[in-house]
Amino acid sequence: MTDLLRFPQLSLRFIPVWQRNFLVWKKLALPSVLGNLADPMLYMLGLGFGLGSLLPDVEGMSYLTFLGAGTVAYSTMNSATFETLYSGFSRMHVQKTWEAILNTPLELDDVLTGEWLWAASKSLLSGLAILAVIWVLGLQADWALSLWLIPLAFLIGLCFSGMGLVMTAVSPSYDFFMYYFTLVITPMVLLCGVFYPVSQLPPLLQEISSWLPLTHAIEIARPLVRGQIPAQPLTHIVVLLSWGFVGFWLALGLTRRRLLK
Amino acid sequence: MPVVIAHTLRKRYGESEVVAGLNLSLAHGTCHGLLGPNGAGKTTTLKMLLGLITPDSGDIQVLDLPVPSLARQARLRIGVVPQVDNLDPDFTVTENLLTYGRYFGLSDAAIRERIPGLLDFAGLNNRAAARIQTLSGGMKRRLTLARALVNDPDVIFLDEPTTGLDPQARHVIWQGLRRLLSQGKTILLTTHFMEEAERLCDRLTIIDHGHTIAEGSPRDLISTHIEPDVMEIYGEEAIAWGREEGSRHADRIEEAGETLFCYTRQPGPLLDALKGRPNLKYLHRPANLEDVFLKLTGRELRD
Repeated sequence: MTDLLRFPQLSLRFIPVWQRNFLVWKKLALPSVLGNLADPMLYMLGLGFGLGSLLPDVEGMSYLTFLGAGTVAYSTMNSATFETLYSGFSRMHVQKTWEAILNTPLELDDVLTGEWLWAASKSLLSGLAILAVIWVLGLQADWALSLWLIPLAFLIGLCFSGMGLVMTAVSPSYDFFMYYFTLVITPMVLLCGVFYPVSQLPPLLQEISSWLPLTHAIEIARPLVRGQIPAQPLTHIVVLLSWGFVGFWLALGLTRRRLLK
Repeated sequence: MPVVIAHTLRKRYGESEVVAGLNLSLAHGTCHGLLGPNGAGKTTTLKMLLGLITPDSGDIQVLDLPVPSLARQARLRIGVVPQVDNLDPDFTVTENLLTYGRYFGLSDAAIRERIPGLLDFAGLNNRAAARIQTLSGGMKRRLTLARALVNDPDVIFLDEPTTGLDPQARHVIWQGLRRLLSQGKTILLTTHFMEEAERLCDRLTIIDHGHTIAEGSPRDLISTHIEPDVMEIYGEEAIAWGREEGSRHADRIEEAGETLFCYTRQPGPLLDALKGRPNLKYLHRPANLEDVFLKLTGRELRD
């Protein structure tokens, strides 16, 4: 039990792990960018224009704007999740990259910190791509305020990377990740206000939604696109950071059990 | 002062004690072999020496540093060749070395300076830009060995470094290890190949069920534990002949399937007896480390 819950040792030694993943990404950047970015962008533009033309303003903005803010958060979440689940599992289980690193002076804490921050960095790009679309279409009300979406995307990345690493730590195979998508990610997309306001849901679902991190991400993102300062930003930030850090911490303990026993 | 000392190491998983009071001492500049059947505790022992697994009890010192408490500092000066290939498949040969060197806190400039020497050592000079998938099994192993040297370690742990290699590739690895020994490096090697242990190792520890069951130089182990001459006798009648007649001429016989092993100090009478039995095929050879190993650990399978 003490092994499972030992507090992470945070140090700059994670940097070479981050660099390693960055070097791989650079080599495979084009397909990776296309794969990660095209999908959310198509949803946003297709639904935004197609469905949006049938709809009145939603919460005082065009449906495309409404959807754009949600898509920044949703796209970042997806990217962080895919990176930690599939790519992380490849590195840990298939390629044994983590084991190779553990034979050097790095500790598992450094490896997972590197993976956590790397996935958050990579997912930041997904958020940025959607933000670029928002800018190109001129959906943002206040240019300067919309810049805050950049650190927000990194924060969302930290949140979902931390959660994703937990799944990677306990997964026996790639197939296992379907449960996480079906039971966690898909409900999150449908309950947290990406496609429609949470206020449209029945009270019970609204209650559930208020506990989910994507809701808090969107509660910050949408006002920022709309040119408003988000209400209670600190609460949302704390919720996102907590999910991310607790996930990372738990993932570290579970991975320690898996690899260092 | 020994380079690696392990004193009464113990590690238990549930009911089974995988390492049960193991002692180990590696003298500077020597090659020490750790031999044992599958599941004898070799890999667990290596991982404990690296500080990756914490022993239930016992003391470890590597390069005068206590492990696991200062394992990080110890690993700065250890090179590891793992049992399973874990090179980065997305990288070239050079990128593998560069990336691995960074884990030791080396600057890119310092690593790049070392890379030509490492490629030379691994015989991969003309493969610097090759992707890992294009390398043969032998090349990958050589690169893994070169990668373990990126930090210019004082001691090198090799976990079954030549498993799965053809004889040519194996000989190249052996030459490389001899060069490292001549440079004053200390080597700890686990292997299943007795021939490899006999050729490379100055000292051997044979372990089984987590215990040391024999220790010494290959020559000492052979002379202490086994009769110097071996007659391997094959054929349908070999076993029956052995029980009836062979056992009278040999000091000791062992049966394995349809093969009879006769161990003896005086091969003359045995050879004479065999001359009268032309239907028995036989091989007369000096005893080797494998005979010692099989005598001490038994012939039954261990998977």
